Amino acid sequence: MSILSVKDLAIQIGAARPVDGVSLDIAAGECYALLGESGCGKSMTALGIMRLLPAAAQVAGGTVEFEGGDLLALPESGMRDIRGGGIGMIFQEPATSLNPVLTVGRQISEALDLHTTLRGAAARARAAELLDQVGIPDPLRRLDEYPFQLSGGLRQRVMIAIALAGEPRLLIADEPTTALDVTIQAQVLDLLDDLRRKRGMALFLITHDLGVVARMADRVGVMYAGQLVEEAPREAFFDQPAHPYSVRLFAALPDAERRGGRLATIPGSVPAADVRHPGCRFVERCSEVMAECRSAPPPWRDVESGQRVRCFLPGAAPAVAAGVGAGDTAIAFGSTPLLEVKDLQVHFPIRRGILQRAVGAVRAVDGMSLRLMPGRTLALVGESGCGKTTAGKAMLQLLRPTAGSVQLDGVELTTRSPGQLRPLRAKMQMVFQDPFASLNPRLRIGEIIAEGMQALGTGAGANRAAEVGTLLEQVGLRADMVTRYPHEFSGGQRQRIAIARALAVNPQLLICDEPTSALDVSVQAQILNLLSDLQRDLKLAYLFITHNIAVVDYLAHDVAVMYLGRVVERGMAEEVLGRPRHPYTKALLAAVPRVDGMRSEVPKLAGDMPSPANPPSGCHFHPRCPLADESCRRAYPAEMLFGATHAVRCIKAV
Amino acid sequence: MTAFAIQSVLLWSDALLFVLIGVIVGLSLWASRQDALRAAWARVAKDGVAMAAATVLAVFVLIGLLDSLHYRARLEPQPGAPARYAVEVNSALDALLSDLRQRAEKTYSAPLATHLYAKEALADSTQREFPRLKFGGAHLGDNLDNHEFDVALRASRGLAGGLVVWLLLVALVRRVNGLDLKAVMEVGAGGTATGAIFITLLPIFLLLGLAISLGGGYHVFGTDKVGQDVLYLSLKSIRTGLLIGTLTTLVMLPVAVLLGILAGYVGGWVDDLIQYLYTTLSSIPGVLLIAAAVLMMQVVIDTHPDWFATSAERADARLLALCLILGMTSWTGVARLLRGETLKLRELEFVQAAQAFGVGRFAIMRRHILPNLMHIVLISLVMDFSGLVLAEAVLSYVGVGVDPSTISFGTMINTARMELAREPMVWWSLVAAFGFMFALVLAANLFADAVRDAFDPRSSA
Amino acid sequence: MLAYIIRRLLYAIPILIGVNLLTFALFFVVNTPDDMARMQLGVKRVTPEAIQKWKAERGYDKPLVWNAAAAGTGALTDTIFFSKSVRMFAGDFGRADDGRDIAREIGQRMGPSLAIAVPTFVLGLFVAISFALLLVFFRATTLDFAGVVLCVAMMSISGLFYIIGGQWLVSKVWHLVPISGYSGGLDAAKFLMLPVIIGVIGGIGSSTRWYRTIFLEEITRDYVRTARAKGLPERVVLFRHVLRNALIPILTGVVVVIPTLFMGSLLTESFFGVPGLGSYTIDAINAQDFAVVRSMVFIGSVLYILGLLATDLSYTLADPRVRFQ
Repeated sequence: MSILSVKDLAIQIGAARPVDGVSLDIAAGECYALLGESGCGKSMTALGIMRLLPAAAQVAGGTVEFEGGDLLALPESGMRDIRGGGIGMIFQEPATSLNPVLTVGRQISEALDLHTTLRGAAARARAAELLDQVGIPDPLRRLDEYPFQLSGGLRQRVMIAIALAGEPRLLIADEPTTALDVTIQAQVLDLLDDLRRKRGMALFLITHDLGVVARMADRVGVMYAGQLVEEAPREAFFDQPAHPYSVRLFAALPDAERRGGRLATIPGSVPAADVRHPGCRFVERCSEVMAECRSAPPPWRDVESGQRVRCFLPGAAPAVAAGVGAGDTAIAFGSTPLLEVKDLQVHFPIRRGILQRAVGAVRAVDGMSLRLMPGRTLALVGESGCGKTTAGKAMLQLLRPTAGSVQLDGVELTTRSPGQLRPLRAKMQMVFQDPFASLNPRLRIGEIIAEGMQALGTGAGANRAAEVGTLLEQVGLRADMVTRYPHEFSGGQRQRIAIARALAVNPQLLICDEPTSALDVSVQAQILNLLSDLQRDLKLAYLFITHNIAVVDYLAHDVAVMYLGRVVERGMAEEVLGRPRHPYTKALLAAVPRVDGMRSEVPKLAGDMPSPANPPSGCHFHPRCPLADESCRRAYPAEMLFGATHAVRCIKAV
Repeated sequence: MTAFAIQSVLLWSDALLFVLIGVIVGLSLWASRQDALRAAWARVAKDGVAMAAATVLAVFVLIGLLDSLHYRARLEPQPGAPARYAVEVNSALDALLSDLRQRAEKTYSAPLATHLYAKEALADSTQREFPRLKFGGAHLGDNLDNHEFDVALRASRGLAGGLVVWLLLVALVRRVNGLDLKAVMEVGAGGTATGAIFITLLPIFLLLGLAISLGGGYHVFGTDKVGQDVLYLSLKSIRTGLLIGTLTTLVMLPVAVLLGILAGYVGGWVDDLIQYLYTTLSSIPGVLLIAAAVLMMQVVIDTHPDWFATSAERADARLLALCLILGMTSWTGVARLLRGETLKLRELEFVQAAQAFGVGRFAIMRRHILPNLMHIVLISLVMDFSGLVLAEAVLSYVGVGVDPSTISFGTMINTARMELAREPMVWWSLVAAFGFMFALVLAANLFADAVRDAFDPRSSA
Repeated sequence: MLAYIIRRLLYAIPILIGVNLLTFALFFVVNTPDDMARMQLGVKRVTPEAIQKWKAERGYDKPLVWNAAAAGTGALTDTIFFSKSVRMFAGDFGRADDGRDIAREIGQRMGPSLAIAVPTFVLGLFVAISFALLLVFFRATTLDFAGVVLCVAMMSISGLFYIIGGQWLVSKVWHLVPISGYSGGLDAAKFLMLPVIIGVIGGIGSSTRWYRTIFLEEITRDYVRTARAKGLPERVVLFRHVLRNALIPILTGVVVVIPTLFMGSLLTESFFGVPGLGSYTIDAINAQDFAVVRSMVFIGSVLYILGLLATDLSYTLADPRVRFQ
């Protein structure tokens, strides 16, 4: 007996149909994961079920039955009882999804007020109980706090508490952990799983992350361009995905086994939502296309018990070649480091009081050291707020460091004036995180790429145009695109342009700040392939700043793990990732949800990262460390070497 | 008439107006090469209300431009003497409306009237009577019974004429574009809301026909205290309104843009200083600062009569000074806005990418910051316009507006107001001034809204 | 938070000094007192003696900033700058051209000004916010569209028209209230009603549109979706969630105005013959009474700066993020 039954749901925005005939059933107590890349219509489906669509969108057809009643036929007042009461919902952005000017307690009791008979002190007690259930310590105090006083993880827990207040039988979670760090994600996923089992509540989980699906789902639906293309029990799906799209999603995932090899990519991009499809929606990007794929939409076909797929191919789609890589292929060019950072500090003063005197400092980067050999990739890994981006900018001297030394090819950078730095800037460049903010919308692609050459005087005037064309081709675009503007390109293409811009001055070092975190998996694979091609051809060294362990596993030669402004463990990739010694590294690796569904035995980290304005005494990690004792509180641990390259800052490391 | 019957005169405000037009043409050339801006303008062009408003604005601008081509007429040549020119400075609009301008009555007369509004002792009568107008309805002679019929006849002739011209225009466009009328009415070439333009042109042509036909024999909006035709005054006021609405922003923008960007991008003590400057300036209530500045300017002008050759020049200088003062008091808001936007832009990654290449500060401000602020500059330009036109009327009423000899909506209202207490009321000057002002400001507001919607990334999202 | 308030207070001091210097420069440096005298006396009567007398009557015969002839501190204090500008900080505004003490005059005229400005402000705020909420509640419907059109039309009408039209219609045609005048006590109501109503109507267009924009911007936020997902009715979402958050931008524009209500309204007061500060200012401008205009400029600035302070304070009440930092 299904608690939610969606049939042929279609949602329209103007001429576009972001959701076009979605049917799915969720049984009571079940976790159904809706998997898809950005823009496939998965969030829109959820909002359509809740009848919370934005003003421009409307349901164009289909039915939504919840516990036997048709939601789309309910009057608005009836629907309000369902919202929060029958179906709870939590959203992706805990930072913006709570009302900033109301206390946490008020926002919970509002829901209690609507869906329970509890009032006054009883409601307050219940709100505290809910906070306790979602794992918020000291709930009574938190009730009177405002959302901005809570960390991202706590805010998402508050969101869950609000959603639970009306005792819903179904919880819709729209990318509930996407905005959270991986250790916090692990906590929240555990919490959701736990609550679901205890309450017998169904969970409709919307995500783009195969790892999250493997960790959470009973059944999986794969969505592509507004339609479900595959539906299967979790085991069957991860055992053998049936749709060519699903197969490619798996093949595009970076991991250690594919190191040195190429990732499978999905050519082209998702069709726009206003395109009408006579046949299969995936046809333009599929390598198994047959004549019938273009003429008629593929029907649902059962593959195994419970697994069904919308594809003409008989049986499951063949696995994609390009799997196992060649292993570590990098050679160190020369023995002197290209980049050597010693005791780098970046402090931002905290000004307080009447005269705005500096009363303290945010120690964003607080004494980090690392070295990068030419032609190698060093991954700087850490969670948000650990100072990795600040460190990258300070190395480039985009931010002036407070103390420490940065040497590029043996030349000290920190003491140089902007004018003296300019000739050195051709050697080191940066690729930024957000492909939409990193290109000036008012300049043509040609002007964007030529900017560096112009500023640094490289490339003769006449040759510049030709060089720009060559660069564009080098990053997989066409030379005739120089006259276009950034808005005409997709996120992946923009990131290619940003890479071409950096390459234009022939750098030896590229600092890549989360270059793929804003991209879908299939596009991420394209960019990662491009980066490894460029490294091979141009002997580039990469400082790869990321929080994505899978990407690190795939492409890094060396790894440095950062926690609260300092490097806590560094070494070669196989040392740090294969035999981690610092408890933080261990916990970080264990928190990553794995596609194979395996759970790590390492205990999950509790709590949040402390504020860099007020780091804990001694080892910064001790408040969260399972091994910590009195000695850890006293002094920051010195670096301990395990072998020639593997260094750990932990007195408990063995 | 000889070949050099006129001597062209370029008043400072004319020059600035032409500079402004040059700037607008230049900017639109730049914008037409920018995809995003062109797309935004295309959105404006698709908006029927915006295009209707633009049509009305265009008519006003046309009148204002005609009124900005100034000249001095040549006096009757004296044999042997060098050509001399009249002291009076007239404009092309004056020449077009010379009938209206010259047919001044003695004092008030109601719209379309044949008699004055005040009784007078006539020379050939012992009783005080309403004297006949010198020009209004003069063609009727003594046959005053025909008055109403004549008005109706002229009105229908005017309307018919307007309709015919409009139909001819539509037919012409149809010929040229080879489109059928229906297509023209809906959406024209390139998605422009041509239909809205034509529909707006119809009432404009009808009104124009009416005014021409009736204006030939009557004072359509009556006459004012000194007998001047109110229609003429209203049309002359348009230029003043347009000048104040546009020149003020033109004067203010360079300062606001420069200081706003500097404060936002450079930061530090430069930011502190600029913020201090605009907080201080904006602390003084606008009207009072303007009043104080205008009073002081009046002192300067009055104590230096030798600076100006003609009274037109002096009035013009005062108009410009008013624009300058208004600009000086209103740049603070825009500067604050631009500073805030610059602060946001400065943190964007494309600016950091430029910094990573060692691109200089000023190059970054010019290449990366300024072009991304242009939409704000444009929005504030069109949004401020209507407010300034309205402000002119208020300031002139307060006595710190344009020179009393400059014809403007403010001066019209100000003089008409004195007669409000009169029984029966003299209402036509006020109604004409408010009516024209309303049309101008409403069109500007509607156009500004469309521009803001099209250019503001937040509202288009 | 206390430090924050004290810091804002301290920041007001240089601004006040700046305003003072600016007005001094505007009134005494741009034009010399001689120029002002010549202008006021008119070209015909202008003789060196008359100018001297005019200056002496007003105390403008001293040196600008440094009196070399005076002894001791007199070198600084016996100057125009000290007696006319610095003394304003102490509430000494000198005398108007008619010989009356400006400070006293201001004290007397504040009452009538407030009697019009405060009800206009409060009522205007209430009407505009209610109207804007109504439009937002019915957003994207014909009602909303018609409301916006009405707002644009209303804000395209000159403020002078509202006053003149209102006076004509209500007082002259309908004979409901006196056309102008003022009296103290309860009698004042019949004189105040019309100017207040006209003031409210004249301001509705632009402020409603502004509030509507703020509400609409707020209504697209994620937390509103959360509130709806709880099952809250739209009415509660609007009043409890949207209104509370929209208050922050609204306060920025509104609180700053409150102290300046003392200044009265130039137009309303002069049209309705209300003996407030607005008509005082306008009379001074018309009579070119520089001392009064200068005083009003300074007082207006002081009030505006107070308004800025009040705005900062109001944030601490409305926004917990400011309160706890």
